[in-house]
Amino acid sequence: MKEIINLPVSKIDEEEYHINMGPQHPSTHGVLRLVVSLQGEIVKNLKPHCGYIHRGIEKMCEKDTYPQIIHLTDRIDYLSSHISNHAVCLLVEKALEIEIPERVQYIRTIMDELTRIQSHQLWWSSFGMDLGGLTCFFYGLRDREMILDIWEETTGSRFLQSYNCPGGVMQDIHPNFQKKVHAFLKTFKKKIKDYDRILSGNVIFENRSQGVGILSKEDAISYGVTGPSGRGSGWSCDVRKTEPYSMYSKVQFNEVLRYECDTYSRYMVRMQEMHESMNIIEQLIDNIPAGDHSAKMKAVIKLPAGEYFQQVESARGELGLYVVSDGNKTPYRMKFRTPSFSNLSVLDHISRDMKIADLVAIGASLDLVIPDIDR
Amino acid sequence: MNSFFKYFSDIFHGVKSLLIGMSVTGRYFFSPGQIVTQQYPENRKNLQMFERFKGEVIMLHDENNLHRCNGCGICENNCPNGSIEVIPARITGEDGKSKRIIDKHIYHLGMCTFCGLCVKNCPSNALGFGQEFEHAVFDRSKLTKVLNKTGSSIIKGVE
Ligand code: SF4
Ligand code: SF4
Repeated sequence: MKEIINLPVSKIDEEEYHINMGPQHPSTHGVLRLVVSLQGEIVKNLKPHCGYIHRGIEKMCEKDTYPQIIHLTDRIDYLSSHISNHAVCLLVEKALEIEIPERVQYIRTIMDELTRIQSHQLWWSSFGMDLGGLTCFFYGLRDREMILDIWEETTGSRFLQSYNCPGGVMQDIHPNFQKKVHAFLKTFKKKIKDYDRILSGNVIFENRSQGVGILSKEDAISYGVTGPSGRGSGWSCDVRKTEPYSMYSKVQFNEVLRYECDTYSRYMVRMQEMHESMNIIEQLIDNIPAGDHSAKMKAVIKLPAGEYFQQVESARGELGLYVVSDGNKTPYRMKFRTPSFSNLSVLDHISRDMKIADLVAIGASLDLVIPDIDR
Repeated sequence: MNSFFKYFSDIFHGVKSLLIGMSVTGRYFFSPGQIVTQQYPENRKNLQMFERFKGEVIMLHDENNLHRCNGCGICENNCPNGSIEVIPARITGEDGKSKRIIDKHIYHLGMCTFCGLCVKNCPSNALGFGQEFEHAVFDRSKLTKVLNKTGSSIIKGVE
């Protein structure tokens, strides 16, 4: 019996009791188990238990060739699948020193930004739902549908695309692609105003999010909280600015920073990032140069022996890829630095002495994706 | 006096923000056409998937039941999940030489992750994606399919 009870039993206070939030809890957005110590309604400490959907992706990568690895990276952070695909391709291209056609870079950047928008849309939907506004969920998913349709037409899949491949993209964009993206931008610019009217300015939402879950800039840096969550604490950590890749050095966009450090500021960062992403897409969509959709690649891709690292900005933060190659067609070791894992580590720190209902809001504002934690 | 004033202005702003939100939901309530994306089971009859939609891997056959697969096994080597098994056979061709043809091209739909590598890497473009997406079955063995149709053979001139 003893093995089963793995609760943190350092010193059980008579007043304190532990409850399991998850693994099947709607607001953990997946199979995450949080063991919460409560005193009344106050969270005293919190221990995340991960590993419920650990699939051993890093180990599986060791038996796969580089083109095959891409379909696994879809399944790490399923809401930024294009971006994780992109990371593998960038790494392979950097290691082999291949010149990538400009057209590919345009397509990849547009796809990355569409990914960011749809990820933030889903995050907005579920954030609203976690705080009791089910309407948000329907509106957010409705608008996300347009992006999924665009993807389905070009890549063939709605969710896990595996669209990038080393050297380029799998297929050229569909002839309708530009037209549909324009239609999406036009519609979504109107709809995002609804988002603000429903949730951002809502008095209940403001009271539940402002001043809740304070994460100072120092803590954000020392815990490695990247992405919109880190930028909500005023930490300028956008990889698109610090280490630009693809087209990001050539387009104009602002890094969104907020300094209130609370749940509301993390929320506002994401809302403004959607505007910035639309801005980036607008600069690129009409100027996609003609050309090939893929560079010439060898049939078997072998990386020269050595160590390689590549980072990209996924919708949740910095995704880092570390590969040790021994010169074979499969990596010797592959390690993912996933943003959600580091972001989860700060949850205990910022939810202490908060109410348990605030824990839901704080968790939602970190935008955790559980397969990204467990991988 | 100040806090008294703030109390009422808070109430006023709170009620106003709720009304703004409800004006949005009210608008969609009276124009439901704007909120519906697709009415799926009802529109099953005339549902058109996009042409590139990855429903399942199929082998392309023409109207004479001819395909382009020569049993080289490249798709099997490229599949990350072992979803494809190529079983080739040897026949004696018209010129008297022994020739490799496909005997069975076995595809395990239940293990496929639709990465598209088999379709992309087939040297003779024998594979494609089908549009079928309602794959639910009661017996898992039904998900294992033989892609080359019975009685089919390779198009002349494709090696
Ligand atoms: S489908 Fe294509 S790759 Fe697979 S065995 Fe046939 S010819 Fe070779
Ligand atoms: S789509 Fe990918 S997983 Fe499916 S059979 Fe082809 S190579 Fe295998």
